[in-house]
Amino acid sequence: MKAKSNVQKKKMTNTGLLLVITIALFFIMYAAGMVVFADKGFAKPQMFLNLFVSNAGLLVISCGLTIVMITGGIDISVGSVTALVCMVMANLMENHGVSAYVAVLIALVIGLLFGIVQGFLVSYMGIQPFIVTLAGMFFGRGMTAIVSTDMISIKNEVFLKWANFRFYMPFGSTNKKGTFIPAYIPPTVVIAVIVVILIAVLLKYRKFGRKLYAIGGNRQSALMMGLDVKKTMFKAYILDGFLAGLGGFLFCLNSCAGFVEQAKGLEMDAISSAVIGGTLLSGGVGTPIGSMFGVLINGTISSLITAQGTLSSWWSRIVLSLLLCFFIVIQSVLASASAKRKK
Amino acid sequence: MKKKILAAFMAAAMVAGMSAINVAAEEEGGDVITVGFSQVGAESDWRTANTESMQTTFSEENGYELIFSDAQQKQENQLTAVRNFIQQEVDYILLAPVTETGWDTVLQEAKDAEIPVIIVDRMVDVSDDSLYTTWIGTDSLLEGRKAAEWLNAYATAKEIAPEDLHIVDIQGTIGSTAQIGRTQGLEEGVEKYGWDLLEQQSGEFTQAKGQEVMESMLKKYDNINVVYCENDNEAFGAIDAIEAAGKTVGTDIAAGEILVISFDTTNAGLTNVLEGKIACDVECNPLHGPRAEALIQALEAGEEVEKLNYVDEEIFAFDDTVASVTAVNSLDEEGEYAVTPITQEIIDGRAY
Repeated sequence: MKAKSNVQKKKMTNTGLLLVITIALFFIMYAAGMVVFADKGFAKPQMFLNLFVSNAGLLVISCGLTIVMITGGIDISVGSVTALVCMVMANLMENHGVSAYVAVLIALVIGLLFGIVQGFLVSYMGIQPFIVTLAGMFFGRGMTAIVSTDMISIKNEVFLKWANFRFYMPFGSTNKKGTFIPAYIPPTVVIAVIVVILIAVLLKYRKFGRKLYAIGGNRQSALMMGLDVKKTMFKAYILDGFLAGLGGFLFCLNSCAGFVEQAKGLEMDAISSAVIGGTLLSGGVGTPIGSMFGVLINGTISSLITAQGTLSSWWSRIVLSLLLCFFIVIQSVLASASAKRKK
Repeated sequence: MKKKILAAFMAAAMVAGMSAINVAAEEEGGDVITVGFSQVGAESDWRTANTESMQTTFSEENGYELIFSDAQQKQENQLTAVRNFIQQEVDYILLAPVTETGWDTVLQEAKDAEIPVIIVDRMVDVSDDSLYTTWIGTDSLLEGRKAAEWLNAYATAKEIAPEDLHIVDIQGTIGSTAQIGRTQGLEEGVEKYGWDLLEQQSGEFTQAKGQEVMESMLKKYDNINVVYCENDNEAFGAIDAIEAAGKTVGTDIAAGEILVISFDTTNAGLTNVLEGKIACDVECNPLHGPRAEALIQALEAGEEVEKLNYVDEEIFAFDDTVASVTAVNSLDEEGEYAVTPITQEIIDGRAY
């Protein structure tokens, strides 16, 4: 029993260390951007807030992915779920006159349904999460095309009011003409940050969260400890599905449109953000806060490359791949170090 | 453990340092006009030519600083890029949108920041037209009308009766701007001159699909003598299908040859015109840079600009049977457009 708690403790310090590295990396990158591209608006508060504005949906989706990745699972259907949610909302509001409130409810239900079906197949049927969510990914994208192959622009007044609503900050920046422009955040950012905090609290302080880490760390011992592994995993996928639906709604508030090709590859952005944020693909390690910083690092890289202006945008992918390698190496070094200490 | 943290920090600092290298090159200019350009991607030769045109026009020598961002076919990347442009306080934003939809929010932000937005190529579908300043692009309807007028002039010159023109139309991707305009151009010609339009089917702008459609049409009809392909790639496929069926492509309709009309004037397309395989190829001009610059200069001078701006586009044919055609553009302005007989020098001298 003593050895067990020891391992558990090490895992947590690893989580902490990975998180520190991610956060430090983000601040160093951003600080470098502020120094180097000060004349290109990098020092403006709005530039920083835009990282959240543009990625609110991704933040929520990454949170969901972090939860299933902690159990040792994966969900690659989230991009398709986002596309389906956007399309269904756009189609309902524009072609069927459904009110924005009902459309949002339906969006969340779609996410939940994906979570329930995928969660059931993974936890109770014992099918590989990759295969289950791969099927979910194809299904979601296919259904999107069935709903409509048109590009639908959302012009619903209530919805546009939400999308264009701004919380203005007491601080801001002065533009070239000398006008003071206050910094702002749309409601999507508020929702996304609240979700990140709620999930972080849930994982760190609630029984459900601790069970997830136990299952991901060692499923066998979790079973022997008498944890209801299947039920917990089922719940994890339901929560993940719900967050994908919610993330899809936030994504839709940003783009105000539905079309088949939307959010293609979003699942990979979410996975890479979670990994950069210190989540282990093998399970047992990871935090939503880390994933949030993963998303922010992702956004900072592309902002840096846009600000530079002449570099090909593909460099953001290359830098991201290097970062992924860097984090995977760090993770494996830490893992082998703790394995050594166990002896 | 501490050593590792240190190592991690050093690695992070290096990444940060790397981004610092590029900066030394940046210079502050007095009246340099900063232009942010968010491009769709680099999916075709046409797109690449479009990008290069902007890059050569908005060069440092011409007094511009161009901030270029490739969206890699993703709208969300473009939303981010436009937001970055706004924070960078660029003087103008050029936006070649990936999709027509979903621009209300970010264009409103640009408008609030008083940055004029020039839409390039595809149109945006927004609730309020004042969200963008102006649009530059190609006139697909005029392209279609030019092709139809050329066909009429050619048939008249060769003394072929209109009812003896048996046409099949390999359409582009249904719903795309280019397909709608080019199809309409042909249909107007059919209406006006009484041609025999056998069938219309989509070849989705690809060579493979163009070939497939042509094969099935050749089986259905044995009297096809004109193929109207809505882009060059479809024409390549159609030519392959015709040759595989034992028929010849060319311009001597009376001798049983099948005449091919195409659009886009890509390098390979024009080479086919030179070889006489495509009889007439109507340009879809990607060189939007000069027009964009003219608009920006007009805006700088405080002038009002038109909401819609079409770039000039040429017509290339294999010979000089038809010297020019008269057609009406989307703004209902009638114009006379010269038909250029193709030569190797013209192909070599073109930018794309």
